[in-house]
Amino acid sequence: MLLISCPNCGSRDETEFQYGGQAHVAYPEAPDTLTDREWAEYLFYRDNTKGAFAERWLHSTGCRQWFNMLRDTVSYEIQAVYRMGEPRPAGSPEAGATTSPAAGNAGSSASPAAGNSGTSSSPASPEGALK
Amino acid sequence: MTTHQPPEHPDFLWRNPEPKSSYDAVIVGGGGHGLATAYFLAKNHGMTNIAVLEKGWLAGGNMARNTTIIRSNYLWDESAAIYEHALKLWEILPEELEYDFLFSQRGVMNLAHTLGDVRESIRRVGANKLNGVDAEWLDPQQVKELCPILNINDNIRYPVMGATYQPRAGIAKHDHVAWAFARKCDELGVDIIQNCEVTGFLKDGNRVVGVKTNRGTIHTEKVGLAAAGHSSVLAEMAGFRLPIQSHPLQALVSELHEPVHPTVVMSNHVHVYVSQAHKGELVMGAGVDSYNGYGQRGSFHVIEHQMAAAVELFPIFARAHVLRTWGGIVDTTLDASPIVGTTPVENMFVNCGWGTGGFKATPAAGLTFAHTIATGTPHKLNKPFALERFETGALIDEHGAAAVAH
Ligand SMILES: Cc1cc2nc3c(=O)[nH]c(=O)nc-3n(C[C@H](O)[C@H](O)[C@H](O)COP(=O)(O)OP(=O)(O)OC[C@H]3O[C@@H](n4cnc5c(N)ncnc54)[C@H](O)[C@@H]3O)c2cc1C
Ligand SMILES: [Zn+2]
Repeated sequence: MLLISCPNCGSRDETEFQYGGQAHVAYPEAPDTLTDREWAEYLFYRDNTKGAFAERWLHSTGCRQWFNMLRDTVSYEIQAVYRMGEPRPAGSPEAGATTSPAAGNAGSSASPAAGNSGTSSSPASPEGALK
Repeated sequence: MTTHQPPEHPDFLWRNPEPKSSYDAVIVGGGGHGLATAYFLAKNHGMTNIAVLEKGWLAGGNMARNTTIIRSNYLWDESAAIYEHALKLWEILPEELEYDFLFSQRGVMNLAHTLGDVRESIRRVGANKLNGVDAEWLDPQQVKELCPILNINDNIRYPVMGATYQPRAGIAKHDHVAWAFARKCDELGVDIIQNCEVTGFLKDGNRVVGVKTNRGTIHTEKVGLAAAGHSSVLAEMAGFRLPIQSHPLQALVSELHEPVHPTVVMSNHVHVYVSQAHKGELVMGAGVDSYNGYGQRGSFHVIEHQMAAAVELFPIFARAHVLRTWGGIVDTTLDASPIVGTTPVENMFVNCGWGTGGFKATPAAGLTFAHTIATGTPHKLNKPFALERFETGALIDEHGAAAVAH
């Protein structure tokens, strides 16, 4: 079990949180101009990095806020926790590996307005992956 | 329940050749799917100048780690077709491969615990029957008759309200399946090369012409990726993306017990599934860890949760001891269906996305993937499972409740 340090509540057990998948995937800027291929990329394609991965977590049984986390997907070591809207911490290995071809990587620099509202939901978050 | 033991192994199953400098086709990944693909390439398509490259030991990935449940009672037509084809192949393969891997058709039960489960289950039984898949709906009393150790009382949090049952489903000995395929591949001339990790690809424009490995460069006309949890890593090396997320999935066994559990019981709602292995261990599993992970281990809280469910359903398990737990890395897609077909790179093909339930598909995955690699076009059974479905929207959404557990 991971011990996750929520930016609002401090260290809590992983079971208090929900996973939200890859961070910094921005909503397409001009959705009406996307091709089917680009929509597929936005809806279904996420990085599956082996190594340092920027991802979103929701503290569902605590403050109910979303936040970002940098975690190694092999050792599971948590390398950084940072708020929605903040860029991926610089200097971390693999920085820049998280690209979203359809939408660019806008989310990592320009913070979406709804950044930490807690209402943002990942259309592709794999909680349904409990097959 | 079959209690007979697996046969002694022959002293020799396959050669360990040095890689040649070129092959007609190279399969990346020596798990069940890679080996079955090589077998059908050789047997059905006469392609014998081929190699299976495995970075570790043969079938040491998910093939060695799964809980071996085989069934075909999937909801959608496309899934029922490919999994039922696999089940028919399991029924004839021990003879064809001349190797007994103890395929035991002891039936699989999928329990229903809510009104929603009941409705979904009855609908799935109907769909299965229309697709020629054997399926029955059992009431709690019939559940109890088939599996007397199951608790069907009302005094538990989620009482058993019935179950679907597929009599032809069951389990097999996974390692023996891999060895059976490997031995036949070897006989047919296929080179199985262990400790050979693919680290990159050689391309001529957009066409793959070879693979780089820790044991040198190998030229080839065709590459088939069958690397399960590492499919995204290989695709990235080749320059394309896959809609796959890798998750840890774990399982465990108890110490040996007298035969007490005659069938396979799965519950998606309380999330545990249990069978009893030929030697007597209780084999249990549950869901994936929620996060992406390449570490072959799962979290303890998942075990705690599944044990709570197991003990409620099977009170006699309360004093059994956990002997061993382990994890694999499963390659999940958003519609919980596999991807078998061509890729954006010419002459490179992919078989992945089988997630938590690809062992049962091994023979059909191999058959259809071999067809796709040999002819460059999909077999009719894997056509719907092309990568393009994520663009066209023709998803095969097996997440729909009970048909989705392993
Ligand atoms: C705990 C657990 C329980 C499961 N239970 C069931 C079940 O009950 N029923 C069911 O149907 N399915 C089940 N599954 C799923 C099933 O195991 C998989 O879907 C299936 O094994 C995948 O195909 P495979 O056997 O070829 O994969 P693997 O055996 O994982 O083969 C992939 C191979 O590729 C190799 N590889 C990776 N990268 C490289 C590289 N760069 N170069 C060379 N080789 C490479 C790996 O080392 C590995 O051996 C379970 C899985 C797990 C983990
Ligand atoms: Zn919090």
